[in-house]
Amino acid sequence: MSEYQELTGAEIVIKALVDEGVDIVFGYPGGAVLPIYDAIFAQNSLRHILVRQEAGAAHAAEGYARSTGKVGVLLVTSGPGATNVVTGLTDAMMDSIPIVCLTGQVATHLIGNDAFQEADTVGITRPCTKHNYLVRDANDVGRVIHEAFYVARSGRPGPVVVDLPKDVQLSIGRYAAATEVAHRTYRPRVKGDSTKIEAAVAMIAAAKRPLFYTGGGVINAGRRASELLTELVRLTGYPITNTLMGLGAYPGSDPQFLGMVGMHGLYESNLAMANCDLMIAVGSRFDDRVTGKLTAFSKGSKKIHIDIDPSSINKNVPVDIGIVGDVGSVLDDILKVWKKKRYKPDAKALKAWWKQIEQWRGRDCLRYRKTADVIKPQYAIERLYHHIKGRDAYITTEVGQHQMWAAQFLRFEEPNRWMTSGGLGTMGYGLPAAMGVQVAHPDALVIDVAGEASILMNIQELSTIIQYHLPVKVFILNNHYMGMVRQWQELLHGGRYAETYMDALPDFVKLAEAFGAVGLRASRPEELDDVIQQMITTPHPVVADIVVDPDENCFPMIPSGAAHYEMLLGPEDAKPEISAEGKMLV
Amino acid sequence: MNLEPIARAHTIAVLVDNEAGVLARVVGLFSGRGYNIESLTVAEVDAVKRMSRITIVTKGTPMVIEQIKNQLGRLVPVHAVQDLTSEGPHVARELALIKVEGTGERRVESLRIADIFRARAVDSTTHSFIFEMTGSTEKLDAFIGLMRPLGLVEVSRTGVVAIRRGASGFENGKMARANGDERPRAKKQRVKV
Ligand SMILES: Cc1cc2nc3c(=O)[nH]c(=O)nc-3n(C[C@H](O)[C@H](O)[C@H](O)COP(=O)(O)OP(=O)(O)OC[C@H]3O[C@@H](n4cnc5c(N)ncnc54)[C@H](O)[C@@H]3O)c2cc1C
Ligand SMILES: Cc1ncc(C[n+]2csc(CCOP(=O)(O)OP(=O)(O)O)c2C)c(N)n1
Ligand SMILES: [Mg+2]
Repeated sequence: MSEYQELTGAEIVIKALVDEGVDIVFGYPGGAVLPIYDAIFAQNSLRHILVRQEAGAAHAAEGYARSTGKVGVLLVTSGPGATNVVTGLTDAMMDSIPIVCLTGQVATHLIGNDAFQEADTVGITRPCTKHNYLVRDANDVGRVIHEAFYVARSGRPGPVVVDLPKDVQLSIGRYAAATEVAHRTYRPRVKGDSTKIEAAVAMIAAAKRPLFYTGGGVINAGRRASELLTELVRLTGYPITNTLMGLGAYPGSDPQFLGMVGMHGLYESNLAMANCDLMIAVGSRFDDRVTGKLTAFSKGSKKIHIDIDPSSINKNVPVDIGIVGDVGSVLDDILKVWKKKRYKPDAKALKAWWKQIEQWRGRDCLRYRKTADVIKPQYAIERLYHHIKGRDAYITTEVGQHQMWAAQFLRFEEPNRWMTSGGLGTMGYGLPAAMGVQVAHPDALVIDVAGEASILMNIQELSTIIQYHLPVKVFILNNHYMGMVRQWQELLHGGRYAETYMDALPDFVKLAEAFGAVGLRASRPEELDDVIQQMITTPHPVVADIVVDPDENCFPMIPSGAAHYEMLLGPEDAKPEISAEGKMLV
Repeated sequence: MNLEPIARAHTIAVLVDNEAGVLARVVGLFSGRGYNIESLTVAEVDAVKRMSRITIVTKGTPMVIEQIKNQLGRLVPVHAVQDLTSEGPHVARELALIKVEGTGERRVESLRIADIFRARAVDSTTHSFIFEMTGSTEKLDAFIGLMRPLGLVEVSRTGVVAIRRGASGFENGKMARANGDERPRAKKQRVKV
């Protein structure tokens, strides 16, 4: 069939987005995208959210994507509009978040001339996108946009840029009806190799000290994958730990869940990783925050790794069975084999393994000293959890100690409820991400757990939040320091706190009010519950400034360069000698 | 005992869509991830399907080579990746143009060696030759080494092109894309107007 419509490139953009099921676009206008804005003006299918800086659009699209499982979309102008989204694109690349970013470009005949607001957008974004396109012909606009969505969401998800020169937006092109795009080259493998799956199941059944180590890939794979994971973990009775990116893929309050693993993960999780005889890695990528010193990483275990991206397998840690495929599909097959062959776990061995794990749990590694006069940051998060438990809540974070405390103390019962910048660790992610989440879930409780330093990186988005009546809550653990960096200075640089004290901070209550939000403050433990309660029940945007102990550090911690079983559990643990090699790792 | 895995040279062939920027993607991947390129050649090999073939000689431990193949396979415009070095016998050739300057005995000697190496003189003046030579990298290296004392002026080399021995071609060979030897159909996309 060759039915097609003749439209301008800009109209095709809108048509293609609507056909992709897009309802929200985060963006910021400029000369090179004016025709697209004109096309937006002329329709009612797409809602445009005007951010205050393009970085905000990128993180908002990420928050939207991660909380819905759909592709997030943003639209920015050429030159500075495009360069402002580079951090967000890199963030989405590292954390496998599907977003499509439309950028304006100078007219094709001007490309390469240092024209006004020209930047080599495809050149700049090549290493930080999964793929990018420069469209030179209005007839290609529709096809390229559909391809961009396909690439962004398929296989290992990621960001895709479509660069649209202004003349292409203005000229007439064909938008074809009912095309079937089977991508010429990109067809990621979904189904796992059945022989390997059978071998893996036999290995799983025979394990004496097994551990599931699951990550963001389970969340990428969709809700069903989390359900299948939960079924398998319960069927086997094996312990499970999550990466920072994987939180929520398995119910956080379940006794089989050991808590987060890694540098600031729980003692029992890391020791279980170190001492297991079988590690079942599901959609997790053996990141250095998890493995610690590679040569000392879980030496006695066999390893199974399920991942849709072959380059994740055997990258950092060699594994015994690597299964390329989608988590959902592979777990489904694993469950079928397990049931068909009537496998039973080794009950006796498992009992002994759990006994050992309970002993590690008994260390109560998240314990901290409560004080009557200052709010401990951990206490603030614990109370926050108390008040939001059981509610329809979504949490985003900024980057730093507050992020780690949130990961340790909040428990997520479902996937897509936890949005954090893991791979890139982008300060300034949390507020715009919360905005994106709230746009997708207007009635939910959306909270950005923030640090006072991070929140200032994209504070301008409070203005967007006000404009669209998004009742986002910002919960600032204000310790007056770039706490996470100060903690490293304590450990690595003799406590010389170079440039990590946050001087001249704004009054966050007044700042909130200046934007039109509600500002609250708690400085003493007895004020905390009231402030949290008020924050949650206020139907408007709220900034809660929680003044916490400036000296608290985040434990447990695996110091850099150390093995993953060499954890510091608290300030009373002697400061270790950090090797020269360790100092080089950040 | 030294258990450090050894870094070996591998010749990798990559079949790509001949679209703008595809070479930049491949080269950017190597520089961005710190892999080394010993030689790289590229040209369109199928004008109808608009496909190009890139041949890369790189060096790495088995784990690094596996990463390189998988990372190449991740690039969207890549059709297929073949590690010719580890997937059975292959033929590898390089072409060089070698300019040598000299008179008298040196000139005669260079011509004599060229004859032994089956290099062809494709240009000559009274005091210079340009030799054209095709062969393995080692053979070219050897010839160029011998020309050096005889008045070597400059060298232009193509880098290695290589192809698997036997009847099977790229696509019907076992190794298709690095990310899966099975190729499920892409999700259908219906576009309504
Ligand atoms: C200050 C700070 C401290 C941190 N501390 C820790 C810490 O203590 N512990 C910790 O765990 N992390 C920590 N991180 C995060 C860390 O840097 C990494 O981002 C994180 O460990 C990676 O998580 P992941 O392994 O789940 O992989 P992700 O980055 O989520 O990658 C997902 C993996 O799954 C695969 N995948 C995607 N989709 C599918 C699918 N459908 N099917 C199959 N596979 C799929 C991908 O190919 C990829 O390999 C910290 C970050 C910061 C900023
Ligand atoms: C954009 C960016 N710049 C710098 C850093 C390095 N960094 C990591 S954590 C941190 C401090 C964060 O301070 P704050 O937001 O107050 O959080 P805290 O650790 O105090 O909870 C810094 C500077 C970063 N992650 N991101
Ligand atoms: Mg701070």
